[in-house]
Amino acid sequence: MVNLIWAGMAIIGIVYAMLAGTMDKVNEAIFKSSGEAVTLSIGLISVLVFWLGIMRVAEEAGILRILAKGFRPLVSRLFPEIPKDHPAMGYILSNLTANLFGLGNAATPMGIKAMEQMKQLSGTDTASRSMITFLALNTSSLTIIPTTVIAIRMQYNSVSPTEIVGTTIIATIISTTSAILIDRFYFYRSNRRGK
Amino acid sequence: MGIVTSVSVWLIPSFILIVLLVASWKKVPAYETFVEGGKEGVKMAFSLLPFLVGMIVSISILRASGAMEAFIGLIAPLLSLIGIPPDIIPLALVRPISGTAALGMTTELIQTHGPDSFIGRLASTMQGSTDTTLYILTVYFGAVGIRKMRYALKVGLLADVIGIVASIIVVRFVFG
Repeated sequence: MVNLIWAGMAIIGIVYAMLAGTMDKVNEAIFKSSGEAVTLSIGLISVLVFWLGIMRVAEEAGILRILAKGFRPLVSRLFPEIPKDHPAMGYILSNLTANLFGLGNAATPMGIKAMEQMKQLSGTDTASRSMITFLALNTSSLTIIPTTVIAIRMQYNSVSPTEIVGTTIIATIISTTSAILIDRFYFYRSNRRGK
Repeated sequence: MGIVTSVSVWLIPSFILIVLLVASWKKVPAYETFVEGGKEGVKMAFSLLPFLVGMIVSISILRASGAMEAFIGLIAPLLSLIGIPPDIIPLALVRPISGTAALGMTTELIQTHGPDSFIGRLASTMQGSTDTTLYILTVYFGAVGIRKMRYALKVGLLADVIGIVASIIVVRFVFG
């Protein structure tokens, strides 16, 4: 499906540009955006190196295990396939915590580590049930405090920059709960089909 | 606001403090372990590069061609019939595919309509309550080499739709 979306976006864009005469803009976008993507990846190095370093220390010091133990009841219900005390649990928790506080920069490296651990558990290049649940949680956003948005609102002189925290939390709860339910629905459906 | 921002600001340094204290207490070679873990980050960033270039270029082609705007123009009257303000539609459509584009649009909407307008509040809520599904999918699955995504994309995109609709309903209900 991702192949279809990826090719589809480019195909629709190019065909539309042929008809609308915007080919020069498309041409420019191809080279400019690939440059931007490289800048983004290079920019990720700093965050990845720092956080993966710190997280390795946390793992060696046993902090991830303690974290995983504390929240075990809740998280093991969401991820029934992951053995208790497995390092994946610790990384999942660190990722979820960072997300809750709107620390996207710290959340990404921990999320990747969590994925890596889950891949070791499944041992294939097919997404496992836990991976998809984890992805669903991340894509629906778990942010309680949308720091970036508050900053933008302050910049444009909002009377009350934080007044949207309440609506954001409600909308987030709805979208995250739905994500979990949709994830479960597709899991049981694909199970019934025997995939 | 004071408490909220200071929690966010204190969280990371405090976490680092605890990690380093516990590591030193348990006689873990903290610096060497940090460097070992950090090396992985370099490799990871480079393995992500082709995934990000591919995805971002494809999205840019779609946006630069004007196809996206044309599509929005086409469905805007329909959506405004069911109470979705036309100004917010581009943001709603872009949010799942491009994080930077969505942030740019949110900023622009807040700038033009004012942060305390209905549109400004709605854009703020929408930006905060869903995340860039395509980016997360690209990065997380790309980094660990997952090829078969199964139903992951469907779940992510459906959750986005619900998040966007929920934002509209909640903001309308709370702020009127």
